[in-house]
This record gives sequence, structure tokens and C-alpha cells, in this order.
Amino acid sequence: MTDPQGAQPRGALSGIRVCDLSGQLAGAGSTRYLAAFGAEVIRVEDPVTQGGWDIVRGAIPHVDERTGIEMGGAFNSHNVGKLGVTIDLRTEKGKDLLRSLIRVSDVVTENFAAGVFAQLGFSYEELQALRPDIIYVSNCGFGQTGPYSSFRTWGPTIQACSGLSFMTGLAGHEPAAWGYSYMDHMGANYMALGVLAAVVHRNRTGAGQWVDMSCCEAAATLTGTDILDADVNRRPKRAPGSVDSNRAEHRPMAPHGIYPASGDDEWLAIACRDDADWVALCRVTGKGWESRAEFRTAADRLAAQDELDAEVGAWTRSGDRFAMADGLIAAGVPAAVVARPEDRIEHDRVTADWGLWPEVEHPMIGRVRVDGLPVHLSRTDWVIDRPAPCLGQHNDYVMGEVLGLSREAIDALAAEGVL
Amino acid sequence: MSVEADAPGPLQGLRVVELASEHAAAAGKLFADLGADVVLIEPRSGHPARAIGPFLDDDPGPERSLWWWNYNTSKRDIALDLDDPVERVILDGLVDRADIVLEAEPPGSLATRGIDRARIMAGRPELIWVSVTPFGQEGPRRLDPATDLTLMAGAGPVWSCGYDDHSLPPVRGAGNQAANVSSVHAAMAALVALVERGASGLGQHIDLNMHAALNVTTEVSTVHWLVARETVQRQTGRHALPFMTAPTQIESADGGYVVLGFPPRAASSYQSILDWLEELGLTESFPDHVVLQLAVDRGGVTITDLGRDPVAVECFNAGRDAMALIAANLGAYECFEGFQRRGIVCGILYAPEDIAHDPHFEARGFPTPVHHEDLDRTFTYPGAPVVFTGTPWRIASRAPHLDEHRAEILATLESDR
Repeated sequence: MTDPQGAQPRGALSGIRVCDLSGQLAGAGSTRYLAAFGAEVIRVEDPVTQGGWDIVRGAIPHVDERTGIEMGGAFNSHNVGKLGVTIDLRTEKGKDLLRSLIRVSDVVTENFAAGVFAQLGFSYEELQALRPDIIYVSNCGFGQTGPYSSFRTWGPTIQACSGLSFMTGLAGHEPAAWGYSYMDHMGANYMALGVLAAVVHRNRTGAGQWVDMSCCEAAATLTGTDILDADVNRRPKRAPGSVDSNRAEHRPMAPHGIYPASGDDEWLAIACRDDADWVALCRVTGKGWESRAEFRTAADRLAAQDELDAEVGAWTRSGDRFAMADGLIAAGVPAAVVARPEDRIEHDRVTADWGLWPEVEHPMIGRVRVDGLPVHLSRTDWVIDRPAPCLGQHNDYVMGEVLGLSREAIDALAAEGVL
Repeated sequence: MSVEADAPGPLQGLRVVELASEHAAAAGKLFADLGADVVLIEPRSGHPARAIGPFLDDDPGPERSLWWWNYNTSKRDIALDLDDPVERVILDGLVDRADIVLEAEPPGSLATRGIDRARIMAGRPELIWVSVTPFGQEGPRRLDPATDLTLMAGAGPVWSCGYDDHSLPPVRGAGNQAANVSSVHAAMAALVALVERGASGLGQHIDLNMHAALNVTTEVSTVHWLVARETVQRQTGRHALPFMTAPTQIESADGGYVVLGFPPRAASSYQSILDWLEELGLTESFPDHVVLQLAVDRGGVTITDLGRDPVAVECFNAGRDAMALIAANLGAYECFEGFQRRGIVCGILYAPEDIAHDPHFEARGFPTPVHHEDLDRTFTYPGAPVVFTGTPWRIASRAPHLDEHRAEILATLESDR
């Protein structure tokens, strides 16, 4: 895409340097986003444990039988576009190197457990002493303060403690919760938002700040309407299994659910928003539901949801999920197959046209596709074309070009095991 | 750490014009609670989202929607008939002084009403315009009908959620997440464009695709396919993976649930579990306590051990089973706190109604009182998703009534002239 002014477009965030000590997905996902828009993200890893701070490094999935710290498929996806250095922060020389890096960085990001970075000698006050306008973003499960600040979490813990898991399931069953770390993605997103809003503010005023992210608080905002409802309407506490998240939540819709289709574990989602959708559904199915007294009005259909779901399920059970979805959509009724990974990645026109699965070439893993971004910017769009860094891959560049160390000095640090 | 309570938010001075919508309301709230001046534009009859429940006292009404309240805090409101040339002048005036326009209208629909984005942006090259739609601005599916359920189903999240029993349907994650994911991405991209504008002086158009946003928010499901062409399978209360794993969600003695993390591997954790079993009088009912002792004696187990040493696997499994036994014998909160105080990962399945009464959320000031002077009542809202210690997030005001700020907005336009 070319600049309408004729100038060569650069990365939207070029010129912003991030000293990144974050990992997993909840941290790494945020700086991945910044890197895709051209920020220079320098990922700092531990040489002693071979980057073992980040349990995702080297973890499944793998492209083939090869394993090892450079072979982790998720790590590659979460860290595309970043530079990687190794610094042993147990050593004073290592700490000095990190201090030098922070002096020339706009942003410092980390998602250690609460207090860990400060114990290493990098409290916000110490960061500020290195660079007065530094933007420091910490992200941990429960935040840096409060009675649970030392509690350890991962995605499912956050999703549990924020209400997201409880709310997700079928009536009459225990909560299904979320089958993945949704909050690792969303934690990363809010962390990136924190960085960006702080950069906007710094660029306007010259002042940096500490942004303290509690992933659990970010998660709790995502059930916000229910939190508000509990207080406003003094709702009694609900029991597990009393909610059904396949039914409509806050606006009355019926039928509204996930119904079986022909085939093994094939499903179809249908949502009738209003009478028009209902009439269209009745026309497509041809089952004569429109003449049934118990389904006449929207209120009737809500009251008879169990019966209605049984009828709809009986209709969908013998149909092809794609054909049914297409037919309903053509009639104006919201419908979708429950897409398997293969469906949405290999056979989905929308994700393909969007360029949602960019490919990178990793020196060990080879050519592999990764997550893209769900936005396109008309002038300065994202670019994902570089893999995750191998351990210490950019030591020479960062120590030499960014920090100005001589060849001899870098070699000496490496020989001492600081790098 | 201290938060400077009186300082302005980080986005102070930013002017946002938001066309009221379901899909992008949360993005507008993010801007507004961070200090931006967000002017919400509604149809004269009120936006249909005002009819989304739940409602104050369960009594529907345009000023009683808690959905509306939650997603529209800190915004100002004006109702405009965009087909009326006089009212259109007001819209034009607002857009003319805006940094960001945020809308979630079906692709092409604004243009058919004479609101031509390309033309407006040509006249205001510094304007950032954010469009949020189910399938993006282009392509054959751009006008397809969609709801939160169908988006979540078609884009991947639903496939990963549900139960071990696959005769039960997969499950949609609750909480209006299609809009939530899309809105935070819309806000992120708008801020990227804003930072870039600081260097170039130029705005741009941002096309947000909700289907894409959900597709890239599915973690292991996508990565396993892209890297290894493996299909994950849903499992009760835990990660969908290409293989089945042991349960981690346990019903506690009081009927609540907890979710355990990876079983511990450190010797000290095994000792903590042994001690706790003893304290609870459960040692005798857990014959594998001898295996736990073995785990202590051998100094714990490492991940590498687990791949090659059957005894290590026994230790690991005994740790998991002991945790499950403890969880089933305690109340959910006691279990959650007890494990965490012992340095072992555990979560409690709170309902949203539990959040405001939890000591940690309370201590951090997450439950946020918002005064509704119109009702002479104060309600508890969810707080900041991110704590800015120098430039605090805040709910400056309750969600606006329909057309509530018409006079002051018109006065601002007048004084700009």
C-alpha cells in the first residue's frame, strides 16, 4: 500500500523500542502486536536456562519429530518479528547490560510473577532513574498489589477467577469453562493497549508511567454487564450449571443454539433474532413450525425453548452443516458451522482473502504459518514476515549497534557467560 | 505504588465520534474511560442496543438497559436524524473536529446515506476512521447476517469449548466476547494509527474484521493446526488438545468448583501437599501418600524426568490425585486460597456476582461505584481493565440518556466556529 502523500510508508510504530522481558502468550502476544507495526522489540531471555523462563519455548506443537528450545511452534507464533538477546540477570554485568538497554528503550514490558522484576533490581523507581520518561508495563495474574498478588496463575486460573468459566456451559451440567487460554490473548491485547495509551500520553506530555495490569481484572471487565446486574438488581448467587451459554444472553432470541448435523461431531449454530428470522427459518426448513400455536410469538418461542430446540435439532441432524448454514444465511438467518481448525484455516474465503495466516521462515522449523492480525490499516498496515528469534540470535546486533559495545567487549561477555 | 487519582486519563484531549452500535460500544468505552471526549451519536428514536437486557428492576426501557449502561460510560450523547440535512450539518461539524470516527455500520450503508468515508477523509487527511464489521469491508460475506453465537461458532472459539462427552454440543464462551475481542482490537489499532499520525500528520482507515479477530484468539487450536495439522478436541473445563488429558476442574465440598493448574513438581510442593493432607485428616484415605513422600525424598521431579522415568510419572500423578482429593473435601474458596498460599496454582470458578465481594478485587479498588444522579442511586460497576498509575482510568459519568448532551455539544460546535 502506498502513501497518498507519496512518501515511503514506514512501520506505524517505527522508532519505538521495547525492552521486552515478557513471555508465554499473555506477555509475548502484546509485544508481538507492537512488532508487527514496526516497533523494535528486543526480547531478553535467560542464557542459563536456555530461555526457560518461558515455558512455551520448545513446547508442543512441533512440525516433526524434532524437539528442543528452537522447535516450539507456539513460541514461534507468539514471538514473530522480535529481536532476541540473552542476558544473565543473576550477574552484575548482566544487570548493567539490561540497564543500558533500558536507557535507550521507550518501553519496558514484563509478565513475571508480582515483585520478581523489582527484586532483580528493576523497580519502577529504578527504571525511572535510568530513563525518566520510561513506560513500564507489568502484567501478572492478580496485579502487583492486593492480597492475591503473590498467587500464581495461568489462563484457566484467570478465566475461573473472573467469572468467564462459570458463565460458559450447558444448563444442568458443570461449567464447561473455556477450552483454551482466551485470557492469554486478551491479556496480551490489553497489555498492548496499555503500552499504546501510555505512548500516546508520553508523546503529548513527555511523561512516562507505570502501567500495572492484572489479567484477572481485565478478564472481569469482560463479564461487565453481569457484574453490574448483580449489584443493580441484587441478584442471588447462581449455582453452577444454572446458566446456558448456548442460549441468548442478554436479548431474547429463540431458537438460539448449537445443533447436531450429520456426520461425526458436526454442529451448526443458528440464532433467530426476530420474527423475520423465524419466518425465514420456517420457510427454509419447511416443517410447518409457523403454524404451531406454541411457537407463534417470540415470547411463545422463548417459553417453549426446550421443545423448539428439539424440533430444530431433529431437522439439522440429517443435514450437511455447510449446506444448512449457506441456506439459512441466504435466507437472512444468522447461522454458521461450528468450524474446525481446518475449516477456518484451509477452506475459509474470508480468512484467506484477509491474509490472516502469514508465513514466516524459521531457520530451524522451516516455513510455517502463524496468526495474523484482524485489522488492516490503509496506509501503515502490519507486516509479519520474520520468525521468532532463536536464543541469543541478535546479541551481536543489539550489543554492538544498539548499545555500542566493541567486538572485543561482546566476545568477553559471551566468554564470561553473561550473554 | 500510588495512583494519581486526580490526574487526567492518558487519552485526554482525544476527540472521538462514535456512531452507536453493538459491536464497537466497548471500544468507545475504552477511549472514554481513558479520558477521551467520546460523543455518541444515536438515531432520534434511540439506538436498538438500548433494548438489550438485563434491565433495571427487570423493567425494560431505553434508559434502563444495563447492557447500555455498562458499555457506554463516560460518553456524551446526541441524537441525530442523519437523513435530515440540518442534522447532517451537526454530524459534519462533529466529524470535522474529531481525531477518530468509530462505527460498526454494515459496509456501504453509510455511503448510501450520503456519508462518504473516502470523501470525508480526503478533506480531513489527519482523520482516523475505524470500521468494525463481522467480516470486514470487502468480500462476498461482508453483508452476511451474524450474531455473537454464529461468529463464535464460525471463527473457532466454539470448537474448543465443551465437555469430554462429545454427544453434548460444543459451547459458546459467554459474555458477548465477539464484540469484546473486536473492540479491544479496534482500540489498539486506533492508538497505533494515532501514534503514527504524530510522526506523519496523517490519519488512515482501519478495517476491523470480527471473524478474523476471533480466529486469531483461539490459542492452541490454531497453532496445532498450522504447525502440525492436528485437530484439538474439547475437554471439560480444560484445554482442548489433540489428545485427552486428566480432569483439572473439581467439584468442591460446598458445590462450587475449582480448577487446578499443572500438578506440582517441586519437592517443597509435595511436602506441602503431604502436610495439608495430614492437617485435614486425609492421609489415611490417600494410600499414595507414600508416593508423595517418595517425591519429596527424590527432590521432586523435572519435566525431563516425566518423559523417561516411570517413578517420576507416578509421583506426578499422585500429586494430581492428592490435589483432587483435597479439593473435593474443602469448600471452593478454602481450597483456592489454601493451594495458592502453598504456592500451588489453583483457581476458583467465581460467578460474576462474586467479584465485587472478593477481598482482592476490593482491595485493589476494582468494584467501581458510579452515581446515577437521575435515580439518586449508586451502583457497582466493573473497574479498570488496566491500571495506569500516572493517568488513571475512570468512569467519568454514567451512560448518557438519549440526546442528553445536545445543548452542550451544539454549544461546543458553535464556539469552535
